[in-house]
Amino acid sequence: MVERTTTGDKIFLAIDYVLMGLIAVVCLYPMLHVLCASLSDPLQLMNHTGVLLWPRGYSLKGYEIVLQNPNILTGYLNTAVYVGFGTFINILLSTMGAYALSRKGYMFKKGITIGIVFTMYFSGGLIPNFLLVKGIGLYNSRWALLLPGAIATWNLIVMKTSFQAIPASLEESAKIDGANDFVVLFQIFMPVAKATLAVMILFYAVANWNSWFNAMIYLQDRKKYPLQLFLREILISNSTSGNTNPDADVFFLDEVIKYATIIITTVPILCVYPFAQKYFMSGVMLGSLKE
Amino acid sequence: MLYASKGQTAAAKQKEPFGVRWAKNWQRYKFIYIMLLPVVAYYIIFHYIPMGGAVIAFQDYTPAKGILGSDWVGMRNFVDFLTGPYAWRLIRNTLLLNVYQIIFGFPAPILLALLINEVRCKPYKKFVQTISYMPHFISLVVICGLLMTFCRTDGLFNDFLALFGAERSSLLARPELFRTIFTASGIWQSVGWGSIIYLATLSNVDPNLHEAAAIDGASRVQRMLHVSFPCLVPVIIVQLIMRLGNILTQGFEKIILLYSPLTYETADVISSYVYRRGLEQMDYSFGSAVGIFNSAVNLTMLVLANYVSRRTTEESLW
Repeated sequence: MVERTTTGDKIFLAIDYVLMGLIAVVCLYPMLHVLCASLSDPLQLMNHTGVLLWPRGYSLKGYEIVLQNPNILTGYLNTAVYVGFGTFINILLSTMGAYALSRKGYMFKKGITIGIVFTMYFSGGLIPNFLLVKGIGLYNSRWALLLPGAIATWNLIVMKTSFQAIPASLEESAKIDGANDFVVLFQIFMPVAKATLAVMILFYAVANWNSWFNAMIYLQDRKKYPLQLFLREILISNSTSGNTNPDADVFFLDEVIKYATIIITTVPILCVYPFAQKYFMSGVMLGSLKE
Repeated sequence: MLYASKGQTAAAKQKEPFGVRWAKNWQRYKFIYIMLLPVVAYYIIFHYIPMGGAVIAFQDYTPAKGILGSDWVGMRNFVDFLTGPYAWRLIRNTLLLNVYQIIFGFPAPILLALLINEVRCKPYKKFVQTISYMPHFISLVVICGLLMTFCRTDGLFNDFLALFGAERSSLLARPELFRTIFTASGIWQSVGWGSIIYLATLSNVDPNLHEAAAIDGASRVQRMLHVSFPCLVPVIIVQLIMRLGNILTQGFEKIILLYSPLTYETADVISSYVYRRGLEQMDYSFGSAVGIFNSAVNLTMLVLANYVSRRTTEESLW
């Protein structure tokens, strides 16, 4: 390509590069601040104002207290179940539904498709959903966090679009060899569409990891709380409940405890996403395709 | 011959009674139906039954009497809501928060995508992209917790404001700042992630277009505005229609985490009110009525936006 770079172009590029750098700093800084603050000496941190680019003093007191908090461990274990098992249910139902909707020729297909898509635009609302979950006996059960959101319609449509793109000959030759639809789906389509599948797993897992509202309205038993709900108590409601360390009540430790909590609960997911990044574009693009 | 046989089977299909057609269909597609069974059951139980359950909006529902036994009150709950003291405030807050988000939040990822697309240094481009996605992976609870910490009297934001001589105050307790804080933090959360779809579209733009423009003497800025941007327009329109369809639902969980009675004046929206009246005060029928109002406005906005778009730009969702 012919690149004739004029002075105007150079100025524009310079501004563009600086601007992008600024955006990166703005996106990154809050977490850097949290990291530095969590490692700071509690008293020095309290007297500090302005940006933090390096820990003030050095202390692991915050981490020590957070790791002794049994709620954090309980929350992590519960969240592991909700993310692991929940995502499994999500993927199983979404792929089966997507596969079925991507096939042709069977009766009621159109009605079922319309019925599913309609739910993207209209819902009964919060209260009827709540009464339903209560009515079918899921209140205060772990299933209340797994079943009501079992399928995200958007993801189902994305998966369906990617299945439609798989050449029909693959299915036909497998069928001739005597494979049924389950074999076609799980042994042929899933491996072929593994990029989309990876995006789906990521989207569902992140959503399950972040979810707190359903847990708040459906769960009473603190033993079943996901991590996000304990986080809400610590970060939003300003409660230090659950801390067994006697130091936790000392007011000047409040700050470092909060910051350490954020690091301990956020860093795992921040370490994972860059590796899935190459799949983001294909996943998002599939979702943008219309019928 | 081929045509004739095709015509015959079609005619035969027409004559076959439903039972026979279904039996053949089942024989051929039974595994498809087995796969669909849990999916359809899920949609019926968790989507269509609640839609039916929403009739309690027209009742004076009490759990003891159930849906069948509760008294019907017609439109009373809707009238109570619309003539009540909070209706106007809630509708205004909901619309304003969304208008702010659409005016400032919607163009942000488009601009970011156009600017990132101009970066020629690959590793730098990748670095900016990766960092800009990060906020999307921080949980909402943590983001709100951070915001609350930064907005405190001795928090980071006040440290900045103090540099410019502003008096320190608890920023989240000031109703006049809520919309700004909500919208700005929303942009921070979603600008990078939202830019993916536009970047992906830009990466599919035919390089010949840019080359032709460059030969004609177009500068980088001109190419960005007159070559790259027009390629994004169809995607922008579809995204905008879908965004308008959510005009009354966006950001409900974030509001519940951030607001307080001090800021209800600007922060309380229809869905947060549904939550307080419906679940905290267990006023189920009233909450349902407000919820239906919300859903109906959403659907109307979507249909309207789609109609206008189909008429003016020939781009539409359906």
